[in-house]
Amino acid sequence: MRIAKQSLIGKSFPKLDAPERASGRAVYIQDMVLPRMLHGAILRTDRVHARIVAIDTSAAERLPGVQAVITANDIDNVPFGHGKDNTPLKGDKVRCIRDEITAVAAETESIAREAAALIRVEYDDLPPILSVEQALRGGAPLIHEHKQTNVAFTYEYSHGDLAAGERESDVVVQETYRLPYVTHCCLGTSGIIAAFDARGHLTLYSVTQVPALYRRDMAQICGVPPERIRVIQATIGGGFGSKLDIYPYEPIAVHLARRTNRPVKIVFNRQEEFVASPTRQPTEIRIRAGAKRDGTFTFREIDFTHDNGGYTSWGATTPFVMMQAFSSLYRVPHVSMHGKVVHTNNPYAGAMRGYGNLQATFAVESSVELLAGELGTDPLELRLRNAQEPGETTGQGIGLRACGLRECLETAAKRSGWHQKRNQTATDRPRVRRGIGMASMLHVGGGAKIYRSDGCGTILRLDDFARLTLITGSSEIGQGSETVLAQIAAEELGLRFDQIQVLNNDTDVKPWDVGVHASRTTFIAGNSVRLAAREARKKLLSAAADQLRSAPEELDLRAGKVVRDADGEVLADLGKVIRSLHFGGKNEVVVTHHYYEPPSVMQDQGYKGDVSAAYAFATQVAEVEVDLDTGVVKVLRLTAAHDIGRVINRLGAEGQVQGGVVMGLGYALSEELQVERGRIVNPSFREYKLITSPEVPEIDIAFVETIDPEGPYGAKGIAEAPAICTAPAVANAVRHATGGRFTALPLTPERVFSELKQ
Amino acid sequence: MIEIRFTLNGQPVSARVAPALPALTLLRDSFGLTGTKPGCGEGECGACTILLDGRAVNSCLLPSALLDGREVLTIEGLESPSGTLHPVQRAFVEAGAVQCGFCTPGMIMRTVAFLRERSHPSDDEIARSIEGNLCRCTGYVKIQQAIRAAADELGVGGTEGGS
Ligand code: FES
Ligand code: FES
Repeated sequence: MRIAKQSLIGKSFPKLDAPERASGRAVYIQDMVLPRMLHGAILRTDRVHARIVAIDTSAAERLPGVQAVITANDIDNVPFGHGKDNTPLKGDKVRCIRDEITAVAAETESIAREAAALIRVEYDDLPPILSVEQALRGGAPLIHEHKQTNVAFTYEYSHGDLAAGERESDVVVQETYRLPYVTHCCLGTSGIIAAFDARGHLTLYSVTQVPALYRRDMAQICGVPPERIRVIQATIGGGFGSKLDIYPYEPIAVHLARRTNRPVKIVFNRQEEFVASPTRQPTEIRIRAGAKRDGTFTFREIDFTHDNGGYTSWGATTPFVMMQAFSSLYRVPHVSMHGKVVHTNNPYAGAMRGYGNLQATFAVESSVELLAGELGTDPLELRLRNAQEPGETTGQGIGLRACGLRECLETAAKRSGWHQKRNQTATDRPRVRRGIGMASMLHVGGGAKIYRSDGCGTILRLDDFARLTLITGSSEIGQGSETVLAQIAAEELGLRFDQIQVLNNDTDVKPWDVGVHASRTTFIAGNSVRLAAREARKKLLSAAADQLRSAPEELDLRAGKVVRDADGEVLADLGKVIRSLHFGGKNEVVVTHHYYEPPSVMQDQGYKGDVSAAYAFATQVAEVEVDLDTGVVKVLRLTAAHDIGRVINRLGAEGQVQGGVVMGLGYALSEELQVERGRIVNPSFREYKLITSPEVPEIDIAFVETIDPEGPYGAKGIAEAPAICTAPAVANAVRHATGGRFTALPLTPERVFSELKQ
Repeated sequence: MIEIRFTLNGQPVSARVAPALPALTLLRDSFGLTGTKPGCGEGECGACTILLDGRAVNSCLLPSALLDGREVLTIEGLESPSGTLHPVQRAFVEAGAVQCGFCTPGMIMRTVAFLRERSHPSDDEIARSIEGNLCRCTGYVKIQQAIRAAADELGVGGTEGGS
């Protein structure tokens, strides 16, 4: 029997975990039940800025079925979060609408919620700070008194010489853009189960997307030594960055479990998910940009503010990523950026797919469009003129090794019929205009070194029957990492998918990994698996060569067999070779491991440095129809050209692009968490408008497969990229159709109509 | 509390329930059928879709009392007794229509009902058939493709979906 050589890379494979999910077997946090488990509920404030005067929990405590009621006084209320300005429960004052005052554990969820509703809180209201302008005004009340200012962080970045850039410019444009609050809307809401065992060890059934860091931080917040904490991730019903941080409900569950000595589960309902899970940060960006007469970009000057809300989560650090778009999306010799992250009494912002890049790219690509208008140049030509080439290093020190920006621009333009459509805005209906617009993006595609290590560990174990247990530090949050990693192992070891089991959800088993963020898993965990598999391969081939009296170079592994490399003739069963290692007197098992650390560096004090081992690029072209009478924008077609290096799993990569684009369309057209006087007034899917199936346009995907020198098989990351430049492409198309400025999102019919009326 | 009797995934069952208890809660908590997902509890996301006498309904808004005497099908009832996935389930798996999977059981149940009524749907009808089901991961494209693939398979000599 012969087996031909066959590569799996670039082919389409359904997700390995899809049957489990499609059959209803997959166990999400909502579905988990432990013996003697209690249910927790949290009472949140209804004020946005107030001192807590008194809390009366007596009625809740009397309710039958209630096992514990806790307030800030009952626990060691350890500050946490990126700014260490949040606490599990609030004892002195509340700073935003979601603030947790008390928590209840009870025999059922409905008793717990009923009890929470019986708790009475007395407040002294403080003047609320409802906008960034108000927060920055002299004499404004302080939200965190100990910080002595409402400015949580400032960011200053520059390269080149702004004054020189101004002098070189023949045209200069300026505009201010306002980007809204939006939120993740994971279909599976947030949740946790905390359970102590008889030794006092804590197991957390969690939906975190960063289990290693989570464990370290939860240890500190909950006062349990980290070596006594085990994190088991349930099947996760969507992440998109929302599960990158720790939120008060998580330590609260631990405190309730400790108090009652029983497992405690807290799961959000949908309204809580809207109110008490993080948001993308609303941002106001003023951007000035210049160019020479021939179109060469000269400078960018950016001033922005983030509404950080009442506390500091990862939203406050998104300027790190925004800077990359400001400094390095197209070639710009002189860039200067000032940013302020400001506390208000609004909901607080976290990490969300794209991590600041959606806002920054919206501003940059809108300013490019303005420059094209000033210069009378085709926006495509202007972008091509300033697109970087492979091998360039940007002003921020970002090294563009494989860089397909030019090809993305050309591909997207060609496939969308750019030149022809650009000349026509009229339709056969006099009050309906057509438009076509484009935008590009640059994003990290090889991890991001924001901690001393940006690595990921893998352990591979092949058993007696050639079943591979692939233990990875990375996590599956629905994105398909499990399948990509299995595919890489199968490629290296010549295994069938049914021989591979991926273990990725238990910190007692898996090696360290930073977590699912920065579109890093395919690149970092993929390289880690590939290198561990290479080692296993070497070991297997040398054992087989010994047994077969052959040379390792003459053998190959295919479909679970050892074959002759030259003609694929099957020579032995792989299981037999493995068994012979311990039965045959060699006293060995096949277990290999690898910790992959990408060759990237942390930024210096001036935010310069090559933080990622690779960078991904994309250009998207949107074609729209705008009804001038109603303001309704219809996206007809979206062309997405993505440089993600080599495609590993085509089906999965397409799914990432489609999902990202539609998330981007929501940002462009319909999504906005409406915050009025600090309160969220649309906390339901009825009023918070996600894009629905009939609204999805044709999405034409082209992968521009630059081969990254460091990525596994040449691959780069993809996950965040597709969401980043959709909104500016749509806005540019609407501008093209109507001539409007459109400085704020989302482009709802009301907004478009009222702008066109002016 | 009232006593209700109904057929659940082909089996006769009974339960004592508060009449207003959402069917979603009953199915999940009393029958352990956790494949039906709570996405919002407000009738707005479709994650909790089940078939009631063959029609797709949001179980989170359905009072348990209304199950009495009816036939209920959940995602767990779609597989063959030997555990072979239903053609719609298979189509979702193969088309890449499942990412996090939280919307998936509801999408699949909606599709099963839809294809029983429309065995040769147009692309437009497919896109609209899941209008009331939200998905945050896939952008719906591969879900629509899965529905098309299932329609094609069931339309050609399938055992289900008769027109
Ligand atoms: S859970 Fe029933 S519609 Fe959302
Ligand atoms: S697959 Fe995640 S919500 Fe649809």
